This record gives sequence, C-alpha cells and structure tokens, in this order.
Amino acid sequence: MAVLVLSEAEWAIIGLSLKVSLVAVAAVLPPAMLLAWVLARCDFRGKILLDALVSLPLVLPPVVTGWLLLLAFGANGPLGRLLDEYLGITLIFRWTGAALAAAIMALPLMVRAIRLSLEAVDRRLEGAARSLGAGPWRCFASVTLPLTMPGILAALVLGFARSIGEFGATITFVSNIPGETRTLPLAIYNALQVPGGEAAVTRLAIISVLLSLAALTVSEVLARRAGGGRAGHVL
Amino acid sequence: MSFEVDVSLRRGEREIAARFSAGEGLTALFGPSGAGKTSLLDMVAGLLRPDRGRICVSGTVLFDSAARIDLPPEQRACGYVFQDGRLFPHRRVRDNLLYGWKLAPAGRRWLEPDAAIAFLGIGHLLERMPRSLSGGEAQRVAIGRALLSGPRFLLMDEPLASLDAARRDEIMRLIERMRDEFGIPILYVSHDRAELDRLAAAVIPVG
Repeated sequence: MAVLVLSEAEWAIIGLSLKVSLVAVAAVLPPAMLLAWVLARCDFRGKILLDALVSLPLVLPPVVTGWLLLLAFGANGPLGRLLDEYLGITLIFRWTGAALAAAIMALPLMVRAIRLSLEAVDRRLEGAARSLGAGPWRCFASVTLPLTMPGILAALVLGFARSIGEFGATITFVSNIPGETRTLPLAIYNALQVPGGEAAVTRLAIISVLLSLAALTVSEVLARRAGGGRAGHVL
Repeated sequence: MSFEVDVSLRRGEREIAARFSAGEGLTALFGPSGAGKTSLLDMVAGLLRPDRGRICVSGTVLFDSAARIDLPPEQRACGYVFQDGRLFPHRRVRDNLLYGWKLAPAGRRWLEPDAAIAFLGIGHLLERMPRSLSGGEAQRVAIGRALLSGPRFLLMDEPLASLDAARRDEIMRLIERMRDEFGIPILYVSHDRAELDRLAAAVIPVG
C-alpha cells in the first residue's frame, strides 16, 4: 500500500492542477454564457462564422491550438506584448498560461452545453415574467437563469474535466515546468518517460479518476437541488 | 372606454388587424382558431409589436406607432392569464403567486395574497410545484398570479380551453365574480359562443 502514498511533489501537482482548472473554468464561464446567449438568441450575419470559431478548439489538434496561443501570447506575439506592456502580465511558461490554454479548450464544450439548455427554455415563460412586471434583467435572473442552471452545471463539469485533462495545448504553449505548468496529465506523461516511474503513474492516474468522479457526483447533486426535486441530469 | 385598439401586423402572408373599442366589464374577442386572437392579446400585453396602430387602455396609451410610444410589457400593468397557464415550473405555487405581487409598487396592489388565495380556493396548493397541479388548479393559480400583480386590466386567453366540463363551470363562475366584484376591465379570447353569451358584455368578431 506504500505505493499509494503521495509524495509532497505529487500533492503539489494535484494542487496546481486544481488551481489551473478552477481558474480556467471560472474565468471562461462568463464569456461562455455570453457566447451561448448570442448564439442561442441572436440572429446576425456571420453567426455561422462565430459558431465555427467558438467550436474550433474542439476540432483542431490541441497542439495547433497551443501553437496559436504561443503566436498570440508569446513574448513577441501581439497580445503577449500588449499584456506585458500595459498590465505587466506574462502568460508564457506560467500557470496562468496553462489556465488560459485550459480555458480555450474548455470553451466550446461549455458554450455548447449552456446553449442547448438556453434553447430549451420556453420563451413564453419569459413573456409571462415580463407581463408580471419583471424588467429584462430580472426576467433573466429569475426565470431564464434558473431554467438554464442544469446546462450551466453541465458546462462547469465538462469544462473542469476538459481542463484537468488538458495536455497538448498546455505543453505546447507553456511547456512542462515542475511547480509552474506541470499539471496532472503532464506529470503522468513525464513519469512515463522516467525509468521506474510506474508507481507514480499509477498514483496520479488514480487521482485523475477520483477527481473526475468527484466532479460528476457534486454536479449531479447540485443539479438535483437546482431542479427542485425534478430528476435532473447534468450530462 | 376601457380598451381602444387599432392595430395591424403582417406576418408572412397573414395580416392580423383589428379595430375596436370597448367599455366596462368583460369584452370578448371571438373568432375561429388561427384568426390572430392570441396575437392581439400579445400586442396589448406588449409581447408582440404591431407594425402600426395604437393601443390605449383606460386612458393610458400603451402603444402608438405615430407618436413612437411603446411601453415595455413590465410597465403596462396587465394581468395576463395564458391559455396554457404558463406557471414558472421551477417555483412553488406560493412563489408563482407572489412573483408579480412582489414586483408591483405598493400603490398598485389592490388585492392581498390572503384574499386572492381565499377567493380562488388554492390555500392547500401553496407548497406544491406547478407540474403536480391538475389543469383546473393550475389555471386558478395562473389567475391568482395575474390578479396579484396589481393589474389595471386583465387579458384572458381561452382560460377554459384545457379544462373538463366541471372545471369549466367552476372557473367560469370565478371569472364572473372577478368581473363583478373587482370591476376590472377584461379582454377575453374564446371561440366558444356559449361561454361568451354568459360572460361577455360585448363581443368583437375577429378574423
């Protein structure tokens, strides 16, 4: 059983992975909701293009996404220079960069889940709320948002799972730096390269399974509560 | 005049147009299914925007294309009872009832929740979720929700359509009492002549 005891460095990897994934999901939720809203509710020229752009990270090889991030946010990339000059922020080779990579990879899944759920909301209920005296924002907060909640929870779980498993874009964009960008999948990959690393791989793989299971369970419970006793399913 | 309506709206090939004014009590819009009666109610409620025209209720202009007036639905103070009830599925009956009441300015509330609950006989339903209600129960809650929002007028879209004969009679008696006890102008949609003979002070043919 000693083989299952985590070393301090492995605890740090788990902590880093959780930090990167949670920050990524939290940061990408507002834009994901906005994009889902625009795609579900608005009609405009170029909507197909926007839809395709949002979905791009889902179909591109993650390495390509990472390379594009490198081009944009690298030391000489246009966005990277802007961030450095005006805010003093560097993303490359930092855990924040890993979070950005994870966020970009999670975005399409999250937009999809929220959008489906938004499209399923009966818009006539919104009309009822408006006629009862609710302005557009209150209507959104008291009717649209609660009815979209199962989709938002699904988005959070999917986004978290995608983030915690992110590999290709992360290693390309921010490399594999211990303590800074070496998240769970990168650490597993690394341990596989080292002779005698099988025990570490086993431990980290078990942790991955447990984290994913925990995320699913928590979201199921939350969905059931949000559904007010309705049989709610997140995925 | 309670209702002064003169509107038109083109939807694809179809033209929905109506012009009428109506006095006190219950005014019925009568016509075959698909004639645009519900669309007319939606226009009065502000949920559907006419291409042109004017809507005025009890002296308040709600919509006037010439004067560029178009009050949003939340400012029209209308109690809308939808054909399908349209209760919020994620809120208990109590929270459905109080939704509009909480939003209404105190000065506009003319009915207290306790009085409405007693009037409609729905005290035993307050903790239930809407999906567990029968058609008649849901319709009574929907009427209560509309009345409690402090409306200056009521819009009722075939409130009896989804009910069996016994429930129809019960809700019809409720509507008669509402009309007589509260004295609130009601615009009522139906395609059932017998229903209107009993309820309506005036019948406006549509379509």
